[in-house]
Amino acid sequence: MLLLALDTATPAVTAALHDGRTVLAESSSVDARRHGELLLPAVDRVLADAGVKLDAVTAIVVGTGPGPYTGLRVGLMTAMTFGSALGVPVHGLCTLDGLAYASGLEGDFVVATDARRKEVYWARYSGSRTRVTDPAVDRPAEIAEQVAGLPAVGAGAGLYPETFPDAHGPEHVSAGALASLAAEKLAAGEELTEPRPLYLRRPDAQVPKNYKVVTPK
Amino acid sequence: MADEPLVLGIETSCDETGVGIVRGTTLLADAVASSVDEHARFGGVVPEVASRAHLEAMVPTIERALKEAGVSAKDLDGISVTAGPGLAGALLVGVSAAKAYAYALGKPLYGVNHLASHICVDQLEHGPLPEPTMALLVSGGHSSLLLSADITSDVRPLGATIDDAAGEAFDKIARVLNLGFPGGPVIDRYAKEGDPNAISFPRGLTGPRDPAYDFSFSGLKTAVARWIEAKRNAGEDVPVRDVSASFQEAVVDVLTRKAVRACKDEGVEHLMIGGGVAANSRLRALAQERCDKAGIQLRVPRPKLCTDNGAMVAALGAEMVARGRSASDWDLSADSSLPVTEPHVPGHGTGHGHGHGHSHDHVHEVAKDNLYG
Ligand SMILES: [Zn+2]
Repeated sequence: MLLLALDTATPAVTAALHDGRTVLAESSSVDARRHGELLLPAVDRVLADAGVKLDAVTAIVVGTGPGPYTGLRVGLMTAMTFGSALGVPVHGLCTLDGLAYASGLEGDFVVATDARRKEVYWARYSGSRTRVTDPAVDRPAEIAEQVAGLPAVGAGAGLYPETFPDAHGPEHVSAGALASLAAEKLAAGEELTEPRPLYLRRPDAQVPKNYKVVTPK
Repeated sequence: MADEPLVLGIETSCDETGVGIVRGTTLLADAVASSVDEHARFGGVVPEVASRAHLEAMVPTIERALKEAGVSAKDLDGISVTAGPGLAGALLVGVSAAKAYAYALGKPLYGVNHLASHICVDQLEHGPLPEPTMALLVSGGHSSLLLSADITSDVRPLGATIDDAAGEAFDKIARVLNLGFPGGPVIDRYAKEGDPNAISFPRGLTGPRDPAYDFSFSGLKTAVARWIEAKRNAGEDVPVRDVSASFQEAVVDVLTRKAVRACKDEGVEHLMIGGGVAANSRLRALAQERCDKAGIQLRVPRPKLCTDNGAMVAALGAEMVARGRSASDWDLSADSSLPVTEPHVPGHGTGHGHGHGHSHDHVHEVAKDNLYG
């Protein structure tokens, strides 16, 4: 088994290779505005570090978010296209699950990432492998009661200390953690999801002024 | 010729997910998935809706194009993709797909300019572009007059709209007349039964001191809307056919007049018209008439090649390969305002072209602020 994992649902642009036992190589950089530019070079780097070619990969794992859409789509589109070109399966995995897994926390806790617009993407966990609520997007103040007293993982916790006073790392997801979780699940015979984005919000129905294409003068 | 470059092109600058395959100047496949119906109720393209649709449609459209062309992906000589201009989020989906596809197949990647692609597509219809060629690009997003001496390296903007695009004016007038979206085809249809001289609507920027090659359709749009309003306020029926014909005449009169004048001023003997509005029957007829009179060769591709599609991107990509232009790097970005003076986005000099296994240690360029705006 050789998994290539990608995630662009948080400010991290992250790629990793996993052979079913361990992470062979990983590349992560944090730049919320350049997912599109940084992802392919990151893939190129992990392949070079591990000394393998892309066509040796047997499956792709991609974080399905939730996360800011423009960046989120970069990882999904890249994964789906790799899958088509290589003829290998593409598995989706909730990005929040990757963060929960990486935290290694026991007991009840929440994962919260930055959804912008003063909101967080979040879900509740019972142990680092078991999500107990569907991912949701809310204003921190509105979920304060539901998450009261729980440790919180992810950059969303650090942004809203009033709602999440007990913040834990990591801030952003790593493809290494995502790959490890996927490898565990696959080995246990669990089905992973389709590589479909978790948008959680309807699109803003805003038609920009020059709505077709912005043509430079 | 079998040794002509086989290129797959991806276009996602607006609401069409286009994947085309060409061999040199021969069209092999032109697969398009459109999200236009999802936008109609908003009266225009909603960027987030378009981006979501591109993500869904991309892989099936690539696979459909390959099947249609009857070629194998491993035989491709390159992958080209619209790097800009266009809607930032929509472009990024196509660029991400093109990079992954090129990388997985070990093929060179060419980020190309959407406007230059609109010009280059004519090679698929009429053979190699004469050099130089004057190009009039008119659509919902473009109204530009461009002079191309070499479509891979030398495209000069002579004029552009200072306000609305020509196609946008068609959409807006169609909305005022309650004819639906998009407005171009329906106005063309009504206009055929109307009198183009029934109402004298203004011709923007045609005065002696106005810029010779720029366009303005905002004043015309307002004048037509006011005229319709006045009719309605007076309790009279709006003569939809005459309004359509007279409005359309005002648009195509200005477009063709300025395009022919640019050809004469620059001594250019070939005019190509591209973009969605090039499907307009009156624009084609009047351009033909005026070009004939001026001794100019007119080239207008068939309507399906005039609207946004992947074939045009593949056509320009094939030309990049044929002329040995350098490939783009793996950190190619989508640039929503890529200037037309950059027909493609060459790499930083390391070049890849041979697939996997080498690193890019150079300093990355500063990101474009507009991408996630
Ligand atoms: Zn266009």
